Amino acid sequence: MKLAATVLAAAAALALGASGVLAQAKDHVKVGFVYVGPVGDFGWSYQHDVARKAVEEKFGDKVETTFVESVPEGPDAERVIQQMARSGTDLIFTTSFGYMDQTVKVAKMFPNVKFEHATGYKRADNVSTYSSRFYEGRHVIGLIAGKMTKTNTIGYIASFPIPEVVRGINAAYLAAKSVNPDVKFKIVWVSTWFDPAKEADAAKALIEQGADIIMQHTDSPAAMTIAQENGILAFGQASDMKQFGPDAQLTSIMDHWDPYYISRVQAVLDGTWESTDTWGGFDTGMVQLAEFSDKIPEDVKKLAMDARDAIAAGTLHPFTGPINKQDGSPWLAEGEVADDGTLLGMNFYVEGIEGDLPK
Amino acid sequence: MWRLEARREPSRSMLLLTPVLAVALTVIFGGALFAALGKDPVAAMQVIFIDPLFDPYSRSELMVKGAPLALIAIGLSLGFRAGIWNIGAEGQFIMGAVAASAVALAFYDVQGIWLLPLMLVAGTAAGAAWAMIPALLKTRFGANEILVSLMLVYVAEQFLIAMVSGPLRDPQGFNFPLSRSFHDSAVLPVLIEYTRVHVGVLVTLALVIAAQVLMSRHILGFRIRLSGEAPRAARFAGVDRAHVTWACMGISGACAGMAGMFEVAGPAQQLAPSLPVGYGFTAIIVAFLGRLSPPGIVLAAAIMALTYIGGETAQFALGIPAAANETFRGMLLFFLLGLDILVRYRIRPRRREVKA
Amino acid sequence: MDLSTLDPIALIVSLIIAATPLVLAATGELVTEKSGVLNLGVEGMMVFGAISGFAAAVETGSPWAGFLAAALGGAVLALLFGVMTQYLLSNQVATGLALTMFGLGLAALIGQPYSGVKPPSFPRLDIPGLGDIPVLGRLLFSFDAMVYLSVALVAAVWWFLTRTRAGMILRAVGENHDAAHSLGMKVVPIRLAAIAFGGACAGMGGAYLSLVRVPQWTEGMTAGAGWIALAIVVFASWKPWRVLVGAYLFGGVTILQLNTQALSLNPALPAGAGLIAVGLVWLGLSLRAGRPADLPLAALVLGVAALAFGLADPRFQIGSAWLSMAPYLVTILVLVVMSRDRTRAALNAPASLGRVFHVSG
Repeated sequence: MKLAATVLAAAAALALGASGVLAQAKDHVKVGFVYVGPVGDFGWSYQHDVARKAVEEKFGDKVETTFVESVPEGPDAERVIQQMARSGTDLIFTTSFGYMDQTVKVAKMFPNVKFEHATGYKRADNVSTYSSRFYEGRHVIGLIAGKMTKTNTIGYIASFPIPEVVRGINAAYLAAKSVNPDVKFKIVWVSTWFDPAKEADAAKALIEQGADIIMQHTDSPAAMTIAQENGILAFGQASDMKQFGPDAQLTSIMDHWDPYYISRVQAVLDGTWESTDTWGGFDTGMVQLAEFSDKIPEDVKKLAMDARDAIAAGTLHPFTGPINKQDGSPWLAEGEVADDGTLLGMNFYVEGIEGDLPK
Repeated sequence: MWRLEARREPSRSMLLLTPVLAVALTVIFGGALFAALGKDPVAAMQVIFIDPLFDPYSRSELMVKGAPLALIAIGLSLGFRAGIWNIGAEGQFIMGAVAASAVALAFYDVQGIWLLPLMLVAGTAAGAAWAMIPALLKTRFGANEILVSLMLVYVAEQFLIAMVSGPLRDPQGFNFPLSRSFHDSAVLPVLIEYTRVHVGVLVTLALVIAAQVLMSRHILGFRIRLSGEAPRAARFAGVDRAHVTWACMGISGACAGMAGMFEVAGPAQQLAPSLPVGYGFTAIIVAFLGRLSPPGIVLAAAIMALTYIGGETAQFALGIPAAANETFRGMLLFFLLGLDILVRYRIRPRRREVKA
Repeated sequence: MDLSTLDPIALIVSLIIAATPLVLAATGELVTEKSGVLNLGVEGMMVFGAISGFAAAVETGSPWAGFLAAALGGAVLALLFGVMTQYLLSNQVATGLALTMFGLGLAALIGQPYSGVKPPSFPRLDIPGLGDIPVLGRLLFSFDAMVYLSVALVAAVWWFLTRTRAGMILRAVGENHDAAHSLGMKVVPIRLAAIAFGGACAGMGGAYLSLVRVPQWTEGMTAGAGWIALAIVVFASWKPWRVLVGAYLFGGVTILQLNTQALSLNPALPAGAGLIAVGLVWLGLSLRAGRPADLPLAALVLGVAALAFGLADPRFQIGSAWLSMAPYLVTILVLVVMSRDRTRAALNAPASLGRVFHVSG
């Protein structure tokens, strides 16, 4: 799996095999979006829709955007994508992992339509893939959490044991541990991306177990609301959740799809669109942090900002050895940096995390 | 005041008139809803009800979406006629899909034309077996089949999740709770090129006809109708209620399981936790909209599929939110179910009690 | 395994809060079913109550107004079902399912301007002095008013059904509507009232989610709670106090699962604990009623529980899906045991449940 590191350059600079896709400038582009949740989830789908609106704002009359929300992953998704492609849409963003096979299948039938699939790994001449290096954000919030916890217990609400989530846990834990050797992570798997009541209950359980900072890898702002109620701290996920926890939110790891979507629409307008694979982080602006809370002391703020800048500049990698796996076996040697392949398939905890990874 | 008088025979004219009336009322109230949302009601109706019928691809998708609804509803209608309430078709659908997938994945390295029939047998049998649990608990212990079959839906849903996160998970799938994609011999052949209309649609049609024959010509159909319409007469006629229960539950479960097999081997080609999208529950409504008769069910399934497909197009063509489509569909169902009374009853002005 | 941080009182407190929406919705559905009507639209009424309560609370700034609006909203939606099934004689199963679809859609539509809005907070009842009593203070006096109200509701429904004439009439209607009719009882109005009551309770249960337990509004936030409420009514064998037990058990399974994870325990433990709790409850009930026939069954449940503990050995990984099945399997078991003895079943399950009532002529 090849991954181009930078998005903005990628579209223009790379001249990969673009056979079958005619490079032709256009003066009007129709862009479609397929969302897995309702646009009002204040998490994953909401944030994609924010970027859709940014595209509209940026290009004005030159684009027309449409979307279909709450599309179940599976046979229904294939029909929605195909209907979109048939209705004269030039560029289609399918924004959930579970749309992968459907996107590739429809793309085969519509060689002149461009497809962009989020978080997947299957590409074609007219299918690009894109995702964010959320774990870079997790590194920064890990640093803040490690410095700010008083009980040395961080609560983590996790969804499913897929590599993206495991990577986030590991990144946050390693960063927190690096500034606070006594820190402990309590991880609760809720087996859902979106169930506000269950997420709220998980947050309560973690608070009862002594967590004074909550991190989440689920989509609803329920945990933030609970943190606010209980007077503890939390990090937002996907969108800025400050309105749900004005006192609780330290910062939020925001999915920021605007720059990517704008660049891809621009590429179609220019006739320079090509199939690419993008995994962008702080460097491309795809991962951003919400405004830091005043509760974070100045020195911690500086530590976090420096880490973010170093990651963006490429001088710091959240997974730099020596790192052992949970069972004590060595993973990365001193100074060694994790390769993207391992990160993309990560299915193990690093040393120090308690509990078993659910299978 | 008005009163209701039961008709001896369902009214033929009302049978044809009420769906038209229901659609008309839905168009009026739904139109008002869309207009209130600032959308053009005429355009919305056109996109939802008319456009899909004149577009070849949408027509093919109507079959893909409508076939499982019709197949499950046909099975359920037998039991509903006998007064046996299987509302767990969703669970039987899931078990059918899981069993068929287990077969497909067990022979992942083997190709052969025998694979699809084997999957069909496995899926059908699993659905029937899952439905036999409430049937047996009903006949043996008198446990209410509505509640047992409903409980078993949740058990089946959890079973599906356990399977795709465990034994049936794609070993190369990065821990995602998904199975491998099926290889070609485990995928149903497509009938019309460039569409997803699969063999299952044909089988469904054949079963609709079979159901019609069964209900009107076969002794089992007679027993089913008798034990639903006149339970006491049925007992005198020597109809064994337990046998009817087993037959109805078994057949409806088999149909639901078969629909699950068609769905997973047809459009899905992979087992995923998101596979069940409520076909089993929607089919109950379809069965009643179709007045428990095979031709009616086919029509009702088509209308239901139409609102799904039209609703999706309305979202991206007109920006009508998914929630509005769902509300609209709810309205249509209420009108259809509510007006059903005109078929079975006559509305008469209440006679004066005191004669002058 | 570190149990030092385990606070059983905090655990029970959060369990009770998690179960309260279930208590409310299931109690309402129990009354509806006792009148002989099966309304499968609980999920739709709950989610509709969640948004109407949320909207009203936000607009007026008063959570009490929210709960009132939720009860009204739930009742109105339920009456739609009532008119359909009682006057237009549509099938209850199909109409209930349609009601769920309609309620989910309508709630999402109304709720669009309310996502991301913060509701007014619903204060805990702090009775001076009482809350400071060690253990008992936290266990009994640390909740918000709705928790007490939900328990009071269960008590009131129990009293109504077993001790009042009106309750007897309601049960008679559910038992045999033709006989009730010939005795001069007004079957349809009584059922409409029961349906509306069920809707109001479901609406309040939904509002408890959106105003207290989560608190915020998001589309589809009930996430199946209405269906669990239906299961609880069966589990409780149509007895109000058992609804309370059932709701706490069902709600407890999730809470225990999350808490044991936070404790880094094997998640199979709550399944075993849950099964043992069910077994003991069952044992207690059957002993009290002097029915030794249930003893083998209780022993069976305890045996299964022991097995679950055996499997809790870390060598066997039990996925959480298997655990989530347990409450439903137990419900089926309860239903079977209850139905086994026809005379006893007749005392609990309303015989006319789901049947159409129509007076000819």
